[in-house]
Amino acid sequence: MSTVDPAIVTTGGHGHADDHGHGHGHHGSFISTYVFSTDHKMIGKQFLITTLLMLMVGGALALGVRWQLAFRWEAMPIFGQLFPAQGGQIPPEFYTMLVTMHASVMIFLVIIPILAGAFGNFLIPLMIGADDMAFPILNMLSYWFMWPAIFCFGASFLSAGYGAAGGWTSYPLLSALPEAAPGSGTAQTWWLFGLTFVGFSSMMGSINYMTTIINMRAPGMTLFRMPLTIWAMFITAILQSFALPVLTAAGFMLVADRMLGTCFFIPSGIVVNDTDPTVGGGQPLLWQHLFWFYSHPAVYIMLLPAMGMVSDMLACMSRKPIFGYKPMVYSMAAIAGLGFIVWGHHMFTSGMNPALGMTFMVSTVMIALPSAVKVFNWIGTMWGGRLVFNTVMLNCIAFVSMFIVGGLSGIFMAAVPVDIYIHDTYFIVAHFHYVLFGATLFGCFAGIVFWFPKMYGRLMNEKLGKLHFFLTFIGFNGTFFPMHLLGVSGMPRRYADPYLHPYLEHLLPMNQFMTCCAILMGFSQFILLFNFFYSRQFGPKCGRNPWNANGLEWTAPSPPGHGNFESVPICHRGPYEYSDPKHSEDFWLQTDPPAKRGEGPATVAAH
Amino acid sequence: MKRFWCLFFMIWPVLALYVCWIAPSMGWWFPFTGPTGMKAASPLGERIDDLFYMILYITTATFVGTQIALGYVLFKGAAATDEGNTEKAWYSHGSHNLEVIWTIVPACVLLFIALYQMDVWAQYRVKDSFPSETKQGAIAEVTARQFEWRIRYPGLGPDGKPLPLMPEPQPTDLYTVNDLHAVVGKAVMIILETQDVQHSFFLPELRVKQDAVPGLDIPVWFKASKSGDYTLLCAELCGWGHYKMKARMVAETEDKYLEFLQNLTKSQNYDGVPETPAEGAPVASAAE
Repeated sequence: MSTVDPAIVTTGGHGHADDHGHGHGHHGSFISTYVFSTDHKMIGKQFLITTLLMLMVGGALALGVRWQLAFRWEAMPIFGQLFPAQGGQIPPEFYTMLVTMHASVMIFLVIIPILAGAFGNFLIPLMIGADDMAFPILNMLSYWFMWPAIFCFGASFLSAGYGAAGGWTSYPLLSALPEAAPGSGTAQTWWLFGLTFVGFSSMMGSINYMTTIINMRAPGMTLFRMPLTIWAMFITAILQSFALPVLTAAGFMLVADRMLGTCFFIPSGIVVNDTDPTVGGGQPLLWQHLFWFYSHPAVYIMLLPAMGMVSDMLACMSRKPIFGYKPMVYSMAAIAGLGFIVWGHHMFTSGMNPALGMTFMVSTVMIALPSAVKVFNWIGTMWGGRLVFNTVMLNCIAFVSMFIVGGLSGIFMAAVPVDIYIHDTYFIVAHFHYVLFGATLFGCFAGIVFWFPKMYGRLMNEKLGKLHFFLTFIGFNGTFFPMHLLGVSGMPRRYADPYLHPYLEHLLPMNQFMTCCAILMGFSQFILLFNFFYSRQFGPKCGRNPWNANGLEWTAPSPPGHGNFESVPICHRGPYEYSDPKHSEDFWLQTDPPAKRGEGPATVAAH
Repeated sequence: MKRFWCLFFMIWPVLALYVCWIAPSMGWWFPFTGPTGMKAASPLGERIDDLFYMILYITTATFVGTQIALGYVLFKGAAATDEGNTEKAWYSHGSHNLEVIWTIVPACVLLFIALYQMDVWAQYRVKDSFPSETKQGAIAEVTARQFEWRIRYPGLGPDGKPLPLMPEPQPTDLYTVNDLHAVVGKAVMIILETQDVQHSFFLPELRVKQDAVPGLDIPVWFKASKSGDYTLLCAELCGWGHYKMKARMVAETEDKYLEFLQNLTKSQNYDGVPETPAEGAPVASAAE
């Protein structure tokens, strides 16, 4: 089988189905192949398509936010008809819900699952030369646990008026006392259940990834021959499995506070909306510590896999080995390690012990170091390369360029005194959008185009890809760069009408400009969706290795059948041996046996 | 086309720098509608701004440096694939020396940034380093609630000076809503509380921000360097009306401040009987 027709593969998968312990492979083929599949590739694709659809939902919510900031209290076109708002207007209750749900959807239903769920699932077995994940059924469950989460978040939208409105951070007491946010009654509880389901899904994935990467690598695939994508997924899985239980526990505590009156986070004597004073005994800062103990590492969960993927793609499109492979691995490990001791930087102004502020500042500032090392190494990777300026590369360069901004703006907030001023202003909104959109999403766009041939056996349209990149990049910078200036101007986040305050009045035109850019950016995502679904059906067919890349995944058929490889691949070298002078081609597959003594220009140098 | 993309990636940082350069003159910089203009309205705020600018200079230099490096490798990498250029890419796995340099140099810079901040932070938050003027006690208790600021001042004593602020409300206490008064040019301390959910006390012109956490009484000090009205608003999501917790902080001279408290006492003690000073004054003197 040199090339495999996609049509054959979908049926060809049955033969291997029984190996994986689900006996219904021979009947109900549609269900077992497309719905309750245990094939890591199908699960990866399911995750990918689900998250892309959720991306559109989250984007629509963001446009609602932007609309209000630019044209406050004016009826919103198109979306105004869909939202249960008054005559298409966005009332303030609805606005806080939009802010909350935009963040929740983007973080929990898009970024985390697209990286770990879609790319992690699809790539890990292929890149390490395994036939599937260690626990295929657990893998399937990890996808299907996303749906209860989506339903819970959806119920949060639809139930009780306006939906969860406590911000994605859901700080008590706003989130703990239903009376504090009228209209969010059961919605906040639904939101918390949704969060718990996402947690289950992530945890099942993490266990699977760690086990698979430790146990199922192909012969010769030593740890330091693993592609950086796999290192990133491995480190992410560790982060997730250690941090997540804390959030899950905190989530249950908050649910108990809401439903059973346990008061874990509620101090005594609080009077909300003229209700009876609370019994109390709890401390709201506890939630912040527990929440950020997960959610700060989560920031790296939302970034590291993209870093790994971009490293692989940059090396391939520069036709050069990655610059400083081991420093790259160590810096990812350092980011993960430090990532556990920086959560307090979200709480500098919260009233926690000020001495803690100092320690958290030092650890936070130092986490910029491994990030800087990575940036230098990416630039080093492109240095002296033969760059291929295709959609993949453009998105990767955007990743590096945007990550520089996101990383540097982080230093402002790491410095506590400066953070006193810019905390909870638009500066932080600018910062995390540069990291999460500018870096992670551009990395994902690149990854989609790069591994699309392996997913569907076809190439994505290059012209549409470049157009999508061009418009997204312009829209992105037009939307988010001015946010730095809004932040310096002292514009707080989550304000339904900032212009109520005279010192912010003059920022309205800038916000209108940003909203126009956001609309451009939002609508250009339809190009991506169109390109994705069009190319899936009609894109030009490609062979196994359309990019002349080195990884094991490129030795499998496109798309690979159930079981991935025809025979067990044997790994002979690292994944970045591009342009080796000892080799005739400018790429050298990891599976190619080493040149025999005396063959080729191997005698030139003892490298 | 490849050179178009190289240029494309170089144009945006130039544009970004240009926008930042013109930002102060366009009013896209620190708030400027307060009495001190774009300059911070408190000595601590000025030091915070200085730290901000220091980080801004360091990060701008890094930004420019990395973007130039990026531009260089992009143009060079584009030229490498020009027609007739068949040379393979540079086969290099990295450089140990470079790695060491670009680990140690940023590490030193970052550590410097971190240590350089400590002092200001300590002054702002560590109670032992508060200015000595604040040792006399708080001037007011600010209680945030959905969606307003309630302020409790101690009443005036027989000597015409404010009494000390007691932790528990006193019959002599004076109350305002959304109107915080403080003496200009003097470090004053307030006790920040919340009656319901979490709020955040934010004086943008003075660069002061402190969360009001349920169950905690948090001391916050500030020193307005010029008299006038300053903005006070909430910076922590506190419900649907978060955006409308609009209040003011009035910095005024000691005399004006006492006058404000006197007027407040009068209006608070007003019992509905209109004062008639023309008749009342001689009666009072006769009683003496």
